[in-house]
Amino acid sequence: MEIILSAAIGVLTASGVYLLLRPRTYQVIIGLSLLSYAVNLFIFSMGRLRVNTPPILEPGGVGDLSRYTDPVPQALVLTAIVIGFAMTALFLVVLLASRGFTGTDHVDGREQRSD
Amino acid sequence: MTDWLHHLMVLPILLPLMVGAAMIPIDERNRMAKGVMGFVSTLALFVLSMVLMRASASTEGFLAGTSVYQLGNWPAPFGIVLVLDRLSALMLCLTSGLALAAQVYSIARWHTAGHHFHSLFQLLIAGLNGAFLTGDLFNLFVFFEIMLAASYGLLLHGSGPLRVKAGLHYVAINLAASSLFLIGVSLIYGATGTLNMADLAVKLASISPENRQMVEVGAGVLGVAFLVKAGMWPLSFWLPTAYSAATPPVAAVFAMLTKVGIYIILRLSLLVFGANAGVSAGFGQTLLVVGGMLTIAFGAIGVLASQAMARLAAYSVLVSSGTLMAAIGLGHSGMIAGALFYLVSSTLTISAFFLLIELVERGRDAGADVLAVTMEAYGDADEDEEPDEAGAAIPGTMAVLGLCFCLCALLLAGLPPLSGFVAKFAILSGLFGLSGPEAAPAISPADWTYVTLLILSGLSAMIAMNRVGIRTFWASIENTEPRVFVIEIAPVVVLLGACIFLSLQAGATMRYMQATADSLLDPASYTQRVLTAPRVGGQ
Repeated sequence: MEIILSAAIGVLTASGVYLLLRPRTYQVIIGLSLLSYAVNLFIFSMGRLRVNTPPILEPGGVGDLSRYTDPVPQALVLTAIVIGFAMTALFLVVLLASRGFTGTDHVDGREQRSD
Repeated sequence: MTDWLHHLMVLPILLPLMVGAAMIPIDERNRMAKGVMGFVSTLALFVLSMVLMRASASTEGFLAGTSVYQLGNWPAPFGIVLVLDRLSALMLCLTSGLALAAQVYSIARWHTAGHHFHSLFQLLIAGLNGAFLTGDLFNLFVFFEIMLAASYGLLLHGSGPLRVKAGLHYVAINLAASSLFLIGVSLIYGATGTLNMADLAVKLASISPENRQMVEVGAGVLGVAFLVKAGMWPLSFWLPTAYSAATPPVAAVFAMLTKVGIYIILRLSLLVFGANAGVSAGFGQTLLVVGGMLTIAFGAIGVLASQAMARLAAYSVLVSSGTLMAAIGLGHSGMIAGALFYLVSSTLTISAFFLLIELVERGRDAGADVLAVTMEAYGDADEDEEPDEAGAAIPGTMAVLGLCFCLCALLLAGLPPLSGFVAKFAILSGLFGLSGPEAAPAISPADWTYVTLLILSGLSAMIAMNRVGIRTFWASIENTEPRVFVIEIAPVVVLLGACIFLSLQAGATMRYMQATADSLLDPASYTQRVLTAPRVGGQ
């Protein structure tokens, strides 16, 4: 499972960075989204990967640490998802405004000359 | 009595947050009402931050020294805490002072250039204050994002192709930096199991080697995120375009945004990677020195190469950041106080300069065009008469503007007798061991390079300001006197007046800065205060 998760994070990051460096605004926004998915998975993995261990203590008991996972990274991921989502929406607005003003979806607001 | 006074600590975040939120449903036509609300809130914040600064500088009484506010009444490593010490109080004070000036300035005309200016402005202040007060890395991220989200809106305020293009780049680079921020924070959490800065400083002293490596990688990644914000050389190409495209009151508070990055780097490098950190002590200092010096060089060349005054000011921001980064990186304990003085003085100067530029250029074509375009984009017919109510046009405008410009030039170049000179002198005397605890340390080649760059950057600022000044005030072709209102020039005068006050009271200010530096160089008392703070209402 560790291999799958780390490979997923790696592939998402690589694709995200590649798209981030592309000249079209739509590619940039998809790149940023992929990057934020990779980061969210990464934060999650920092709480260590354990199967069948909910971050919940049984009511009316001390709780069994061997069946308990760290809730903090999950809370962090939740916050990061919300913030990332809002920022993506905001970026989308800026992207559309830029498209409206310049008539092109190039990040510099003008097409590069082909020579 | 002292119980509720303790809650004053959380007000710098809550007040602008609530006022900002309360303004959103108010109709845009009541701009003046919003402006007044914003002004009252910022003024209250300014008074409050003065009170907090006094309190944190005292040795007894409420909020004396380093004080801790436990949100939700959970003790430090488990709950989220706000920490107020001399440094954060100083930054709060600087923020609210700049904000007050920019707010007053914006009421004259610039807040009419778009929607929700005052709400966004209050939210930006809330984010800034939160970033200065928090004692917890993840909360720092949250406040950083609040600040950034508001700054995206403010940068786009006034709209127009130029701002939207600059805004697009600004948003993209900051989103990427936020990802790095999160990676850094989670690496640190994964290795140490804590996000509280004080707890992290304690845990780092006794950590296993492989975990130490992970913390250092995390801190490095985190540092890159802050350095993007602070504008270190290879990460700073977005900054001049974004800052010069922003509307003047926005650019004036943006001068503070780069200082957030500097603040965090200063705090973390002295608290977490200070003398007590064992093997990790002084982590990343070489990078800060080299990067800082390259930033000074890049900024100085940029200042010389700038045609427009706004770009000149934006490159001055870089020079100021670079000077501070290298000063932190060189790590002489005597330099910290000087660097703090420089931080305050240069931020005030650059803000005043950003505000001044638009007034000076108003009579000229370029600035008038931008304003005309924005008025066209948003304007109703009635908006033309609004500025007339704001105050009478003052006589001898050019004389006042010219005088302010001269003061800005002196301050930016660091010439005597003003605070720019005092600040640079304080940094250099700390560097050569003329002040501070250690007596005359060996002066390394890095120190000499720093001294040279610091003085050359002053020279380049002087040359550039002379050239621009001559072109604008003496050899102006158009000869039209700009119409400037009292409430527009007053903030500039007040900010520059603050710099003059700093120069006159340099002794007292340096004593305050020295005490602040001493408290920063004693991380043990900070961590002890944070980790042993009692809960409200007994144990």
